[in-house]
Amino acid sequence: MALLEVSHLSVSFHTRNGIARAVDDISFSLEQGQTLGIVGESGSGKSVCCYSLLGLIPRPPGRIDSGTAMFAGRDLLHCSEAELRRVRGDKIAMIFQDPMTSLNPFLRIGEQLIEPLVYHRGQSRDAARKQAIALLEEVGIRNPSQTIDCYPHEFSGGMRQRVMIAMALIAEPQLLIADEPTTALDVTVQRQILELINELRRKRNLAVIFISHDLGVVAGIADQVLVMKDGRMIEQGPVHSLFDNPADAYTRKLLAAIPRGAKSAADRSTNQDLLAVNDLTTRFNIIDHGKSSELIAVNSVSFRLRRGEVLGLVGESGSGKSTLGRSILNLIRPSSGSVCFDGEELVGRDNQQMKPLRRRMQMIFQDPYASLNPRMTIYDTLAEPMLLHGIASKTDVDQQVLKLMDDVGLARAYIRKYPHEFSGGQRQRIAIGRAIATRPEFVVADEPVSALDVTIQKQILELLLTLVERHNLSMLFISHDLAVVRHLCDRIMVMRAGQLLETAATELLWAAPAHEYTRTLLSSSQTELPEAR
Amino acid sequence: MWRFIASRVLQAIPVLFIVITLTFFLVRFAPGGPFSTEKAVVPEVKRALEAQYQLDQPLLAQFGSYLTDLVHGDFGPSFKYPGRTVNELIAAGFPATAELGLYALLVAVVLGMAAGIVAALNPNSWRDYVPMSAAMIGICMPTFLLGPLLVLIFGLWLEWLPVSGWGEVSGDKILPSITLGAAYAAYIARLTRSGMLEVLSQDYIRTARAKGLPEYVVVFKHALRGGVIPVVAFLGPAFAGLLSGSFVVETIFQVPGLGRFFVQAAFNRDYTLILGSTVFFAVLIVVFNLLSDVLAAWLNPRLRAGLGVK
Repeated sequence: MALLEVSHLSVSFHTRNGIARAVDDISFSLEQGQTLGIVGESGSGKSVCCYSLLGLIPRPPGRIDSGTAMFAGRDLLHCSEAELRRVRGDKIAMIFQDPMTSLNPFLRIGEQLIEPLVYHRGQSRDAARKQAIALLEEVGIRNPSQTIDCYPHEFSGGMRQRVMIAMALIAEPQLLIADEPTTALDVTVQRQILELINELRRKRNLAVIFISHDLGVVAGIADQVLVMKDGRMIEQGPVHSLFDNPADAYTRKLLAAIPRGAKSAADRSTNQDLLAVNDLTTRFNIIDHGKSSELIAVNSVSFRLRRGEVLGLVGESGSGKSTLGRSILNLIRPSSGSVCFDGEELVGRDNQQMKPLRRRMQMIFQDPYASLNPRMTIYDTLAEPMLLHGIASKTDVDQQVLKLMDDVGLARAYIRKYPHEFSGGQRQRIAIGRAIATRPEFVVADEPVSALDVTIQKQILELLLTLVERHNLSMLFISHDLAVVRHLCDRIMVMRAGQLLETAATELLWAAPAHEYTRTLLSSSQTELPEAR
Repeated sequence: MWRFIASRVLQAIPVLFIVITLTFFLVRFAPGGPFSTEKAVVPEVKRALEAQYQLDQPLLAQFGSYLTDLVHGDFGPSFKYPGRTVNELIAAGFPATAELGLYALLVAVVLGMAAGIVAALNPNSWRDYVPMSAAMIGICMPTFLLGPLLVLIFGLWLEWLPVSGWGEVSGDKILPSITLGAAYAAYIARLTRSGMLEVLSQDYIRTARAKGLPEYVVVFKHALRGGVIPVVAFLGPAFAGLLSGSFVVETIFQVPGLGRFFVQAAFNRDYTLILGSTVFFAVLIVVFNLLSDVLAAWLNPRLRAGLGVK
């Protein structure tokens, strides 16, 4: 008999704005020791589906409309709250997407780790603590007998996710539900966490439900894959057949959207330097533990960007790539060095002196939710820079805004709408429109697609490529995602700890990475399709 | 930690100096004086009195000598209570005020936090609306209305509690404490509710539930600590406010506290007593604000590390 047998699960949310079916007639089963990957874009209902098994969706407004979920002889959907509570954390454990916020910042990790044992098994705190130390060791936390008394903020993201995993496994559950456990982590760390989950699963004969929007990640870890869209099941099957012969058009679309292979557009770089950065250094004063110290975020970086070139900048979080991007545009004042844009020195200019150049250099930010003013309509957002820089006059600004909206693929009817009325992808189109409104020659794009679903990501990348060509843009494209960078850029710079490690033409970097770190980065980010396993 | 406290104490010195200077000159510039009465006083007598209290000296010289005394902890003699010093008067009135303030704070914290937690756990249900409406009324209702109302209900109609006094009959401290604490209870209830609601929506509360912890552990161990930080930060100003704002309640219930002296001193132009109580309260406010800031920071491990203790 299967360990977990979910049949015809439907969940809806009843709000003032009506009823929304979040999960619609989902069925699957899972054997001991197996991994089921649930794949879908944001809002597809994949998380709600799993949360409702454990009674973790807020009720109301959530409501389980129908279905059964047989687990070890009982129906999880028709248990009392008390029965369900005994299953949670003991028989079925969960790990979550963001290890930064999923651990209680007010309690030592030891205290949080032993709770499942103390409350489910009635174990003494001392015995539980011993077990917790052993488990921390097993998940790869160094020096666990000391670190067990640390608070979560004293760990890095990857280490916190290891603590989360230890916490989930401490009561030796039969089933682990992992909700996007690697999405918030850097690629090298992501790889380690996946390997850890896989290893623990083998060792403990654990069943795993792995929820992710990332097909590549799921391909590497799952035996069975369930594809969801808008709450419904699109397709389900063994990982090999699903990836080799996807039956449904949507699955094919998802697979096609994974950025793969080399840049398709031609290299448009000229021999003329548009931007020359020399010995650029940016330092921050930080105050930590009452002591002030200096953080060198960008450490004497030099490079050149040619007119027409798309230059990629990759690195893990904290490597200083965003700071570098902002320092070049003088949004953060560099400490020393020089940035020469088309023959004009930028370092040392104040805001007034920057203004004539601002028109020619723009930035696209990562989070289209946070970087657009929620109180300005699209029209206001797009018209403002054009009027400010004299691109458009009062008389033709309406026409110009409409043209710009055509350019970035927004329907003209949306002109009076506010940002919250749009999806993430559409918002990023607005943000891109704002950036190119002044007809810049140079754009810094800071992770413009990392907050987006994979199919949307593909559309936005295509839009960027088109715009680069149409408007003869040069671009510095910052990303942690190597596959995306490869798809878009002519040359790539690898950054770590504030320094540039190497710069190479894209395909050359893939073929022969010069630096050890680049090799690690590349091997961690290979999209593992099943045949590669 | 000690560096943090030391720097806060140093910051308090200019604050206190400004309070003293402002109060000193404001009361002097107010018309009238301690020895002006409706009956005409013989000029020689008035001059003799003024000389005794050094009021005939230039204002700046008086200010200088007042500051010198103050540094030695001497608030000077009272102008209106002959033969008694301000120190003695404060010592006589403060215990009752402090006790009243403490009980009122207790009422405020217990009632306020309980109501706030109940409301936060049942948002947008009657268990939210009832305590929060009560809190709104509590904030709006002035003590000079609430006090007599409580006296009327519990003292005269139900005859459960004495109507006034302090430490004379058993139970006579209950009504003044509730009257004084009610508005603060209401404010704390609202702070607790919003603090708890915010914490309860955090990811780590979902983690705690996913671990199958009983609901009381989720609420009291995982949520409360973060949820009460705004309340703790408010405790200092609240206690200072309870101490210095108890005049009305002290008058209604005949409590022999400091508030009485304070208000009478203002009417009487009792310069030293006004100054003395102002400085005294200013010091209390500074101290309690510091204490609650330290406590709030200590509750948050991140800030605690910043304070240099672990």
